[in-house]
Amino acid sequence: MQIDEEVAKLLQLKAQLGGDDGKHQFVLKTAKGTRDYNPKQMAIREKVFNTIIGCFKRHGAETIDTPVFELKETLTGKYGEDSKLIYDLKDQGGELLSLRYDLTVPFARYLAMNKITNIKRYHIAKVYRRDNPAMTRGRYREFYQCDFDIAGQYDAMIPDAECLKIVHEILSELDLGDFRIKVNDRRILDGMFAVCGVPDDKFRTICSTVDKLDKLPWEEVKKEMVNEKGLSEEAADQIGEYVSMQGGMDLAERLLQDQKMSQSKQACAGLSDIKLLFSYLQLFQVTDKASAEKVRTTEVQVMVASAQKNLLEEKLKLITELWNAGIKAEVMYKKNPKLLSQLQHCEESGIPLVAILGEQELKDGVVKLRVVATREEVQLIHNTHTVSLLAHGRMT
Amino acid sequence: MEDKAQIQEAIKTQGEVVRKLKSEKASKEQIDEEVAKLLQLKAQLGGDDGKHQFVLKTAKGTRDYNPKQMAIREKVFNTIIGCFKRHGAETIDTPVFELKETLTGKYGEDSKLIYDLKDQGGELLSLRYDLTVPFARYLAMNKITNIKRYHIAKVYRRDNPAMTRGRYREFYQCDFDIAGQYDAMIPDAECLKIVHEILSELDLGDFRIKVNDRRILDGMFAVCGVPDDKFRTICSTVDKLDKLPWEEVKKEMVNEKGLSEEAADQIGEYVSMQGGMDLAERLLQDQKMSQSKQACAGLSDIKLLFSYLQLFQVTDKVVFDLSLARGLDYYTGIIYEAVLTQAGVAPVTTDAQNGAPSEESVSVGSVAGGGRYDGLVGMFDPKGRKVPCVGVSIGIERVFSIMEQKAEASAEKVRTTEVQVMVASAQKNLLEEKLKLITELWNAGIKAEVMYKKNPKLLSQLQHCEESGIPLVAILGEQELKDGVVKLRVVATREEVDISRADLIGEIRRRTSEA
Repeated sequence: MQIDEEVAKLLQLKAQLGGDDGKHQFVLKTAKGTRDYNPKQMAIREKVFNTIIGCFKRHGAETIDTPVFELKETLTGKYGEDSKLIYDLKDQGGELLSLRYDLTVPFARYLAMNKITNIKRYHIAKVYRRDNPAMTRGRYREFYQCDFDIAGQYDAMIPDAECLKIVHEILSELDLGDFRIKVNDRRILDGMFAVCGVPDDKFRTICSTVDKLDKLPWEEVKKEMVNEKGLSEEAADQIGEYVSMQGGMDLAERLLQDQKMSQSKQACAGLSDIKLLFSYLQLFQVTDKASAEKVRTTEVQVMVASAQKNLLEEKLKLITELWNAGIKAEVMYKKNPKLLSQLQHCEESGIPLVAILGEQELKDGVVKLRVVATREEVQLIHNTHTVSLLAHGRMT
Repeated sequence: MEDKAQIQEAIKTQGEVVRKLKSEKASKEQIDEEVAKLLQLKAQLGGDDGKHQFVLKTAKGTRDYNPKQMAIREKVFNTIIGCFKRHGAETIDTPVFELKETLTGKYGEDSKLIYDLKDQGGELLSLRYDLTVPFARYLAMNKITNIKRYHIAKVYRRDNPAMTRGRYREFYQCDFDIAGQYDAMIPDAECLKIVHEILSELDLGDFRIKVNDRRILDGMFAVCGVPDDKFRTICSTVDKLDKLPWEEVKKEMVNEKGLSEEAADQIGEYVSMQGGMDLAERLLQDQKMSQSKQACAGLSDIKLLFSYLQLFQVTDKVVFDLSLARGLDYYTGIIYEAVLTQAGVAPVTTDAQNGAPSEESVSVGSVAGGGRYDGLVGMFDPKGRKVPCVGVSIGIERVFSIMEQKAEASAEKVRTTEVQVMVASAQKNLLEEKLKLITELWNAGIKAEVMYKKNPKLLSQLQHCEESGIPLVAILGEQELKDGVVKLRVVATREEVDISRADLIGEIRRRTSEA
């Protein structure tokens, strides 16, 4: 009894602490799957956002923002199997709410709510998914999404091509190293499934399986198709032949001629659009990554160069004339540079023209003007008229 | 599975049947039977269509930001962040929700306004209520003793809109805080300097920054006879003086909080006092007030603060006001609040020409607030290590709302994109050439747009420029292509000039940099 009495007192004292000291508890954790960004990370983040937003703005996009939570009903039925990953808010007597799972459903709600039919918008914001960390290691539950979308009825494939141009620009500017952009079309996939003998009602589920090819080898993907999804082995093999194909506009052309594929109207429509897409991508200069146009960091129009030694004085006289005429010109800070180095500098900096001085040319009172891109050369009389023509860009 | 249209037809027909029976005064059983059929049909429609419903509402107290609002928001952020950076601050970010325990016990009476997340089998979580508690947690977690940081992010409060009209439940907070042990009042003064700079640069009109000190308030309560255990709750009541008249505040103190009328009256005398360094000096001499050591410490610091504010050249807008008593539990020293004064907005120029100035009164309450909170970080640290902090929170939503009103009233259009050049065509079949040209422009970093149409009319393209505020159009035409030129048109003046292809980028850059 004595013990009980004293224990009771102890518990009472502790209870006082527990109730009063609720505020003195030391919780030094962020919620599971979330993290703080320290100042270094914020500085990097700011640079990345500036690059990306700069690109979006260059393409004429505007931006919107939406609330972090939506009415639960808004998100219901939009995410299929992933719905179980949605964070719900507690029912505190008001509307039922959930944290947004992506930026696309809020976008669709925004368009419908405001009766908008045409918009080119970007939206950078955090989204929330109750991923199970054991299964998807390293994935955060709170993470940024950065979306760019073009909504509206337009002529085929032009906005689609611009989206790819934007991805290309962003990945190039971020300097992450080499990259590839894979392109396909739902209609081609569906058409392919149809001509390979996949039953209509299995299209979506077979599609999910094909999607795993970026992580699993073909044998495993085929196994899932046949064993789990009930596809015939013959159909799976036929799919196997197609999904190993990669190429450019040429592949689209070949498939349009393919005996089996051409039977599907759907696939043909998709393939024609892929051809159209690639024609626009060519104009946007993004079909061959290696030949992507370099972004110039200087605006020099003319390199003043020399073909022999001891011509620095003459070059400086000429460049002064050019500068006085408002022409952006450069000369190498070397008394006797090799012509090759001067030409290489032009290629690297993207300088379009070279004015080459040589001893004979000086005697004749002419200047050799070379177009860097084509290597064409013309001889021009060195006088004020020529300089003024050069200033007004009539030389190309 | 019946077609939705078929069901709707059937509902219509069945509705007729029920109406007919009722008008014919048929038997109850018959009517009930047909009504049951009608309800069943309606249920079919309701159940199936669950997932095709798009609920066209945002949650109560929240809103989308459209492109115009975002453009305004961006300008405001740039000004504010520019000021923070000028004062050498770095920035951090924290998650939108914290562990529920982290937020518990930090907000006093306001705790009921916290949004909780549903218990879905994991940790109990709540949406952050402000950026200060997450900041304190961040400092303790990373054992940081010194930092000057800003943080701009949204916070969440389940305010009752009926009581606080116009208040959002999701809104931006913009915080600047200096953490660390320093010589008295210098960082506190810098915070006020920053508020002054920001409010001046944002051009919101005249403002005042009210300053007080928790120690002066507590000392005042003590010498007025308020019992210790009633300090915080009386403080909350005094805080209402910015919205309610003294009579109502006194009534709450006496009737609801159980204070003696005498004590309330004594408080009433003090809270009507405002001034500068002079008021602090006077109160240090005040017979009653000087009895409180606490109050004297606060008053000395107010004097020191004002001396620094003089050097920072911001005393013109700062007032020592004894009625200021900010609502949160964690302030330990200086507290301050910035309010816009009524004569806020400049007249609209167009109306001014007619001699009829069009002013709007935008009295929107406080636009910034903050203070010193030395004990908060210690609450998070297992060893109770103290990290003294002082900071300010800019009421950025109120700033947005004022700027939006100004934009609405002004003749100048707010652009939502930054496009400099529209690439257009005067004839058909020039899409390929336009795409080539726009690629050159994009590659050169110029912001450009083209219509997603193979053969758009020139007029539509020009109209788009006018609507979007795009200043220049680069027009391609067959003759121009042959000549190697592009027609550059200035949208505002309709001037046109032919520029050679090689010169185009330089010309565009020249014209857009002059703008």
